[in-house]
Amino acid sequence: MSEENAASGEGEAVVVAVEAVAERIEAERDRLTDLDSAIGDADHGGNMARGWAEAAEAASDLEDPDPETVAKTVGKTLMSEVGGASGPLFGGSLVFAGAELADGVTPETAVAFAETYLEKVQDRGDARIGDATMVDALTPAVHTFKKSIEVDDLPPLEALAKAVDAAERGVAFTVPIRARKGRASYLGWRSVGHQDPGATSALFILEELLRVAADRLDREIPEVDATSPTIPDDAEADDAEADGDDGTDADAEGAA
Amino acid sequence: MTVGLVVVSHSERAAEGIVEIAAEMAGETRIEAVGGDGRGGIGTVPDEIEGALAAAAGDEDGDGVVVLVDLGSAVMNAEVAIDLADVDAVIADAPVLEGAVNAAVAATDPNATLESVREQAEAAAEISKV
Repeated sequence: MSEENAASGEGEAVVVAVEAVAERIEAERDRLTDLDSAIGDADHGGNMARGWAEAAEAASDLEDPDPETVAKTVGKTLMSEVGGASGPLFGGSLVFAGAELADGVTPETAVAFAETYLEKVQDRGDARIGDATMVDALTPAVHTFKKSIEVDDLPPLEALAKAVDAAERGVAFTVPIRARKGRASYLGWRSVGHQDPGATSALFILEELLRVAADRLDREIPEVDATSPTIPDDAEADDAEADGDDGTDADAEGAA
Repeated sequence: MTVGLVVVSHSERAAEGIVEIAAEMAGETRIEAVGGDGRGGIGTVPDEIEGALAAAAGDEDGDGVVVLVDLGSAVMNAEVAIDLADVDAVIADAPVLEGAVNAAVAATDPNATLESVREQAEAAAEISKV
């Protein structure tokens, strides 16, 4: 069964990506905790590092893994190990989005995965662009990825590089705005000037996915034009496609 | 025709204490306590909530489960557990202790439905104490 073989090769690649994320989060543990100690309860780095270490172990223990199983295993492990709101947000969303990878990882399933993941994070956290959460990194990343694949017809690696670039600017966007969700929201205006730890973690994860994808294709990470489109342009693209996303207008306003 | 209850708190002991109080009024109603991070600390774990949902749902004649929650991530983790569980369950937007007591009373009504128990739990938000 050649399809099964292809799927299992992909599953192993996903395990490699999960291990890379776990290493990166461990390496960034103190930085994430510092960010969280400024506006939260200073546990984000430790929680995420523990959760991803357990998740990487669970993923590498899988026999004959396929991408869907890896995603669901990692999601379930994060849900039970990370704690706080980051568990259900990072992990719970992964469990649901993982179903989009049932037929393997293709540009189309990757877009579906990214969209479902973002939708779950937004619904679960009841957060929108401009609340200073990981939604500010994920929304431009997912919109940019979708547009790069579906409208601009870019190769997946270029699309992912653009998504990472968009996420990076989304993280920067969390600094000057006021936090409206989670513990940081209790600080009110005092949260202004601080980078959101969850958005930062999301960016690290995306950066590792890009690095592993480039490694697997034996390619350099593509250079990205710094003027590549991000939230407002992508929101318009979504409108043009009339995909009925009711969050689109609010997203565009929040970003303006 | 029975509606079960689950009480979710960041503290396992708080959840058990609330269930202890509500159970006085709960008759035969199945009422489950779940809480803690699974490592002896404060937190909530979706897997454990899922288990409590299944226990509260009981056999196939059950009419679903009303879930009472305390703060923040308990709500999110309860939502994740409901999405994953094969149980008809709703979260009541109610204060956890007063809501649990109200829900326990409502669930003893022979005509209780998921909606009527949830409504009674949510009515607890209006209770004035002084």
